[in-house]
Amino acid sequence: MSVFEGLKFRKVYSPIHNLDPRIKFVYVCAIFGVAIIFWELLPLITLFVLQLPFVFLAGVRRQWLRSMRGAAFLATIIFLTNFIFSFIGAGYIVTAKNLENAVALTLRFIVLVESFSVFFLTTSPDHLGLALEQTRIPYEFCFAFTTAVRFVPVLAEEAQTIMDAQKARGLELERGNFLKRIRNYIPILIPLIVSAIRRSLELAEAMESRAWGATKKRTNLYMLKLHRSDFALIVITIGIIAVALYVRFYVAIPSLNELLMGSS
Amino acid sequence: MIEVQDVYFTYPSGVEALKGIQLTIRNGEFVAVMGQNGAGKTTLVKHFNGLLKPTKGKVLIDGVETTKVSVASLARNVGFVFQNPDHQLFSETVEDEIAFALKNFGFKESITKRRVTWALNLLGLTQYKKTSPFMLSGGERKRVALASVLAWNPKILILDEPTIGQDYQQKEKLRQFILQMKAQRKTVIIVTHDVEFVAECNPRVLLMREGKIIVDSEARKVLTNSEVLTQASIVPPQIAQIFLQLYDFELPQNIIDVYEAHQILLKALEKKAK
Repeated sequence: MSVFEGLKFRKVYSPIHNLDPRIKFVYVCAIFGVAIIFWELLPLITLFVLQLPFVFLAGVRRQWLRSMRGAAFLATIIFLTNFIFSFIGAGYIVTAKNLENAVALTLRFIVLVESFSVFFLTTSPDHLGLALEQTRIPYEFCFAFTTAVRFVPVLAEEAQTIMDAQKARGLELERGNFLKRIRNYIPILIPLIVSAIRRSLELAEAMESRAWGATKKRTNLYMLKLHRSDFALIVITIGIIAVALYVRFYVAIPSLNELLMGSS
Repeated sequence: MIEVQDVYFTYPSGVEALKGIQLTIRNGEFVAVMGQNGAGKTTLVKHFNGLLKPTKGKVLIDGVETTKVSVASLARNVGFVFQNPDHQLFSETVEDEIAFALKNFGFKESITKRRVTWALNLLGLTQYKKTSPFMLSGGERKRVALASVLAWNPKILILDEPTIGQDYQQKEKLRQFILQMKAQRKTVIIVTHDVEFVAECNPRVLLMREGKIIVDSEARKVLTNSEVLTQASIVPPQIAQIFLQLYDFELPQNIIDVYEAHQILLKALEKKAK
């Protein structure tokens, strides 16, 4: 559940929260792309550090740390697989280069999680829906998407209640061998699915009774407009992409190891 | 016996739900936990079968501290029926649903069968034995949930909002049933907003507010004390309201029972007629 915690939006006001979600999304995608084109440690460290001002400005440090902790498990797996395979590939010796490579690839994953976590932590589902709508995606899809996002925490909470209810009837999740343990989850999954379906039917009826889809052209109470800070973010994004491409094509990136060796 | 010793509980989100609860519930007692939403009622009763463990303080069930044993082993003695039956129903038939807990506790096949039949009969569900629980109405599903807990005959029974969605007749059955449990020296604890139901049953009432028990007394005293009821945002039962409004006629003020009210009003009217 801790990964979800790191993606759950809380309504607060900060310069980052007020940014236009469309621009923010482009920015996140740019970071994503830049992280993909580098496999050296130094630029990835730069990317990681580059995100930190966003986290601090948005005031979401605690939740962000929680999402990082949630990603730690997968990051460890990525590190170990990379390290072990390069270890075998290098002929069973640990070299500084191998180690650095494995760290770099792990950091790449962390940068991806970091940027998406900041995006979801600072963008309300409403804004996200608006952004989708104003990019001319049919309203039905926007609505389905925002509803799905909104119901993730609700479902997580419900899963907890169901677990409690079944434990109170003597269910022990940790009992038995591997197969038995998987079967232990049936009494939790079925009520969860049934109540999710039931809830969606109720939601559909409630929406229809409030005239959902009555007119083809819906109007919105709020409209997204670009402000000065949004343009600033556009400039920053273009800057990051330009620098990244320049470095990629024209600069030979030294490895951390070489730098350290050079200075000593 | 349930002993709660100076219990504090804080949710991971930082909400302090219980602030120093001190309480003893003896065997065979019938207790109603009341109070407005968010007062800590459900949080408190979830401590009785170990679903929640106190942040500070101790909860002892028959002398065993809840932090030392699993929920499943506590559940053998403490039955907990959740508010929403949809949070627990999952089997293909009502019969299987009721047998689920019995199997978890390792009852023998023959005993399981007997107990299931008994529970089905007790709650008037025998006709639905082979029906899917999902096909039943809301009130019936609630009864299946209750039957699935009663089946293993726990010593302590906790019911979270048992009267919601039940018609008057079912409520009356529930009341009879609770009285029957009480006669068998079982402990029954209900969490409820249903003032009229509490007035009819006259249990011991724990009135909660902001994580504390503000009154712990018999229903007749609590439900006619308008001062504490206002504090807990509870409206007195209708009978009590009548007597509160007839204040000038020198009638007793602590009446919540229909039969008793009838007797007193009859006497007063007869006196006036003379």
